[in-house]
Amino acid sequence: MNNSRRSFLKYAGVAAAAVAATPVVRAVASSGGAAHGPEVGKLPTQKIAGRWAMVVDTRKLVKEADFEPLIEACHKVHNVPHLPDEKREEEIKWIWTDEFEHTFPEFMSRWPKGRVPTTLNKPYLLLCNHCEYPPCVRVCPTKATFQRADGIVLMDFHRCIGCRYCMAGCPYGARSFNFSDPRAYLPEEEINMEFPTRVQGVVEKCNFCAERLAKGLRPACVEASKGALLFGDLDDPSSEVSRAVRNNFVIRRKPELGTQPNVYYIV
Amino acid sequence: MLETALKGSPRYWGWLGILLAVMGIGGAMYMWQFTVGLTVTGLSRDVSWGFYIAQFTYLVGVAAAGVMVVLPYYFHHYKDFKKLIILAEFQAVAAVIMCLGFIVVDLGQPTRMLNVLRYPTPNSILFWDMVVLNGYLLLNIVIGWVSLQHERNHVEPPKWVKPLVYTSIIWAFSIHTVTAFLYQGLPGRHYWLTAILAARFLASAFCSGPAILLLVAMLVRKVSDYDVGDKAIKALAKIVTYAMAVNVFFFLLELFTAAYSNIPGHMHSFEFLFAGHDGHMSYVSYLMWVAAILAIASLALLIPPKFRDNMKLLPWSLAILIAASWIDKGLGLLIGGFTPNAFEGVTPYAPTLPEIMISLTVYAMGIFVLTILYKVAVSVKREVA
Repeated sequence: MNNSRRSFLKYAGVAAAAVAATPVVRAVASSGGAAHGPEVGKLPTQKIAGRWAMVVDTRKLVKEADFEPLIEACHKVHNVPHLPDEKREEEIKWIWTDEFEHTFPEFMSRWPKGRVPTTLNKPYLLLCNHCEYPPCVRVCPTKATFQRADGIVLMDFHRCIGCRYCMAGCPYGARSFNFSDPRAYLPEEEINMEFPTRVQGVVEKCNFCAERLAKGLRPACVEASKGALLFGDLDDPSSEVSRAVRNNFVIRRKPELGTQPNVYYIV
Repeated sequence: MLETALKGSPRYWGWLGILLAVMGIGGAMYMWQFTVGLTVTGLSRDVSWGFYIAQFTYLVGVAAAGVMVVLPYYFHHYKDFKKLIILAEFQAVAAVIMCLGFIVVDLGQPTRMLNVLRYPTPNSILFWDMVVLNGYLLLNIVIGWVSLQHERNHVEPPKWVKPLVYTSIIWAFSIHTVTAFLYQGLPGRHYWLTAILAARFLASAFCSGPAILLLVAMLVRKVSDYDVGDKAIKALAKIVTYAMAVNVFFFLLELFTAAYSNIPGHMHSFEFLFAGHDGHMSYVSYLMWVAAILAIASLALLIPPKFRDNMKLLPWSLAILIAASWIDKGLGLLIGGFTPNAFEGVTPYAPTLPEIMISLTVYAMGIFVLTILYKVAVSVKREVA
């Protein structure tokens, strides 16, 4: 009895949400993003897109110091623990840096001695690519990792069984596993109460700041980047990411795998 | 029928006691892992599956290998395998139980494992692996138990068992194929991304599984009066030899493709596995060379009939084969698949002591089940004899 009442309420809720979302879907459809309706559309301030994407302007990010504020902004707002050095191999990373040849291994070249181009001789920013065809979502046995209609690949920390199949599936090394309790490495006074901390035994990764987009804000790293990172709707030709991708030479990581990453790098 | 397992010699009870002791120690280790997390293992962000999943993969092969006895017996009416059948079916039961055990100890949140059933996800190969493994477990329990019970009652097994037997033959191929699909469909993991992986899995299963079965059957012959017969042993040894030859051949195909194409991604894992990365040899590289030498040695000892039919030498040849295939599939496959990582870097992986102890627990659990099932089988066969 209880059960039927609950399922009635559930269906009623879904129906109401569908009715409420209709105008938004239509609006997106008329703007050219017909393929993907937004999943949630209740807050007036919420940012809605057909396909969220990020553009990393590598020309503006040169020294380690340029990256520090972005990484710190992200890790702080998402309660990403900082593990001690002896646990480096179990590190939790949502956004981090690596060399050019590690970021884009297919571009490996043999440069003449002493002639390595300076553009390659600097760190590159790495994060989850929120792929169009995410292998992690394909392999997850519980749908704990899933793709939203606007392309964002999210984790349900409560559903994850910790099988780490998504880590084997991700060709970009974008996922981290909580080998131990992450809260042990989070000073209590630094915890952001507006975002969950995680438990041991689940996988986590960058979420394109879905929680901030829902409030109409840009991702934390983008906000902290002073214009080096751009974020927006790739389906909207007038968005800053669309313009940046159109007007610059951009590359993506491991395009040969066909996952269609939504993080673009201006080089 | 289970009551026959309750009467045994002191040696039988002593053996079960040892297994229980191992399970006790490893069980305590597991409780520790359960509390503090998988940090007690040698796994890392880069090598996120290791010893547990490798053992799981190896044992799926052991389970599937029962078909190398069941198929000739039912499809080709090869009657000499009659006494091996029940041992093969019960070995499959024990092996699948160990497989499930290794999956469970590998989970970060084992209390949530039923989520796989609550949210069935057909696009995940892990979902299908769960389906085929549990199905195979059920098939073998039912077929083995019912046939044995009817034998005990001096009646023919019921008619409905036959279709189940035929299903189990096809099913055996499916469990190892699906397990290979867990790996071979992943982008960016060159060592696994190969269409021949499933075939390699089957070849290695069909040599190592029957090899283990033969060793155990020879052991059963020693500790009890149950004798599967020299003829059956010789026939199965022949099957093992063919499968091992195919296994080695398939491996060489992989090696050729990687080396001749000269594509870096395809060569890196082989380089790491046999030469170490950038010339720095890790223990895995030494072990892989050991495996290569043992594989060749096992073929040298198994192919000439004079050596193969020598019942004193055969256990050693089989043991060498098992060691070779175990290094290849129980270590090399997983570590080579994850190394170099997505960033062309090397994160060394070695199982830790707790990891090995917990693995021994799962093995002890499987051998415990196997001992009891074999005790039942041998007792019943003695009764009817």
